[in-house]
Amino acid sequence: MSFLEIRNVSMRFGGLMAVSDASFDVAEGSITGLIGPNGAGKTTLFAIVSGFQKPTSGQVLWRGKEITSRPPHVLAAEGLSRTFQIVQPFAGLSVRENIAVGAFLRHRRRADAIALAEQVAEQVGLTAELDKPAAALTVSGRKRVELGKALATQPKLLLLDEVLAGLNPSEVRDIVPVVRAIRDSGVTVLMIEHVMQAVMNLCESVHVLAQGRIIASGTPAEVVATPAVVEAYLGHGAATRLSGGAHA
Amino acid sequence: MTARDVWPILLFGAVAALLPVFVTAGTLLNFAIFTLIICLAAQGWNILGGFGGQYSFGHAAFFGTGAYTAAVLQVRYGVNPYVTFLAGIALAAIVGWIIGFLSFRSGLRGSYFALVTLAFAEVFRVLSNAVEFTGGAAGLLIPLDARAANFQFESRGWFYLVVLALVVLALLMTRALERSRLGAQLVAVRENEDAARAVGVDALRVKLSAITLSAAMTGAAGGLYAQYFLYLDSTIAYGTWISVEALLAPIIGGAGTVFGPVIGAVILHTLAEVTRMMVGRIPGIDLVIFGVLLILVVRFPPRNLLAWLRGRR
Repeated sequence: MSFLEIRNVSMRFGGLMAVSDASFDVAEGSITGLIGPNGAGKTTLFAIVSGFQKPTSGQVLWRGKEITSRPPHVLAAEGLSRTFQIVQPFAGLSVRENIAVGAFLRHRRRADAIALAEQVAEQVGLTAELDKPAAALTVSGRKRVELGKALATQPKLLLLDEVLAGLNPSEVRDIVPVVRAIRDSGVTVLMIEHVMQAVMNLCESVHVLAQGRIIASGTPAEVVATPAVVEAYLGHGAATRLSGGAHA
Repeated sequence: MTARDVWPILLFGAVAALLPVFVTAGTLLNFAIFTLIICLAAQGWNILGGFGGQYSFGHAAFFGTGAYTAAVLQVRYGVNPYVTFLAGIALAAIVGWIIGFLSFRSGLRGSYFALVTLAFAEVFRVLSNAVEFTGGAAGLLIPLDARAANFQFESRGWFYLVVLALVVLALLMTRALERSRLGAQLVAVRENEDAARAVGVDALRVKLSAITLSAAMTGAAGGLYAQYFLYLDSTIAYGTWISVEALLAPIIGGAGTVFGPVIGAVILHTLAEVTRMMVGRIPGIDLVIFGVLLILVVRFPPRNLLAWLRGRR
């Protein structure tokens, strides 16, 4: 029994097969990457796992239990939390209040929720911005709020949808250890990421999604050496050309 | 709640309670009582609209239910007015829950929700005008019997104090809500419903709690109205006027703040009264003033007076 199992999940939007028969596992305590070119269906897959969308077919199992299409708030209560690729702060609220909304999930009293929010803010490096309105933060700050809100629900599994996208290299370097520390505190992480530097750095195993299908799985080094993956990113025939086997 | 949360409310209550000591003029007390009743109705709207971001355009449905329940039960069945008042609050809360369940479950948001609430209020208005039970178009008169046991008072001052006590109670409840988990979740739903669901907020449950509480408060205002003016008809109880007043006061005074509805209601009614005195009784002049004020508030941020006052401090 795996921690999280995605079993033959398909998602059809009209004539478009956004996800097609995707299956993979996430091991407990790991940082697992989900990569793939734009439009591959990664975010759709996240929406299915986190309960925002019902798959056309297939199952999601968590610790052996089927959780397919349970509503997001139920999944959050069971310890499965997500961030959004397009950050979704509670714009009118301060950073403290933003994170506290997540903290209220397991803490009824306001003082407890605020205390946890401040603790989480420290973890994600937002202590200095606690009183600022979330809308006033930089992209990097908003990504941290997004991370903080999800962490404050005290999840067992954290789904990160491109927390590093749009950050400059030094900001990426700052957040990578934060993600690693989250895993070290006992939270399993499944992350969608385009920043390969971070993927190579953080993930123990990686699954590659292209046109809705899982085309490769393995360690980051194995996966980037797979011809099918190179072709998915760079086009048909790219793998052979890159390896110098043929002249274009 | 801490002392800092509570004392401004108690201070407001204490200062406002002194009014009958200095003012004995009937018209002024009349004005104050009516304004306080609007404060209560507006605070109800504020819980759902201001904190929850669900803009109702039909709070008359709750005001009227509170008012008619209070009146019908005592006129037709001779039930004690205090009991009918509480029954009115309960029934308004139930109506709120039902309207909320029907519209939130089907995912209505924004202007669609506003239209559905307006439709409910209008249906109630037409029905209460048509059936015998509510006195129909002739309306319903609560017999004058000025005894405290009867929830009618010899002096306006006493009624003023009762209404004030309920407004203070509503303010305290709103403050408690603001500081509670439900309040935080409600504001989160207002700001971003999907993000709220992702962090474990049961948006439907939160919105239903809010509309139930909101309807109960506005229903209480309706009950007080019936008890004070002792007369109801369908355009008073379920008319659009109260839906508009209930939403205008918080929007002008500061939606989603504890004192916003009070400030808004006082400003609106003072302005309306002053214009009436200056230009005489032109029918609908108060609505013109309200309209102009609304346009100004929407057109010129800072969004509301409370925020503006805070910014100045």
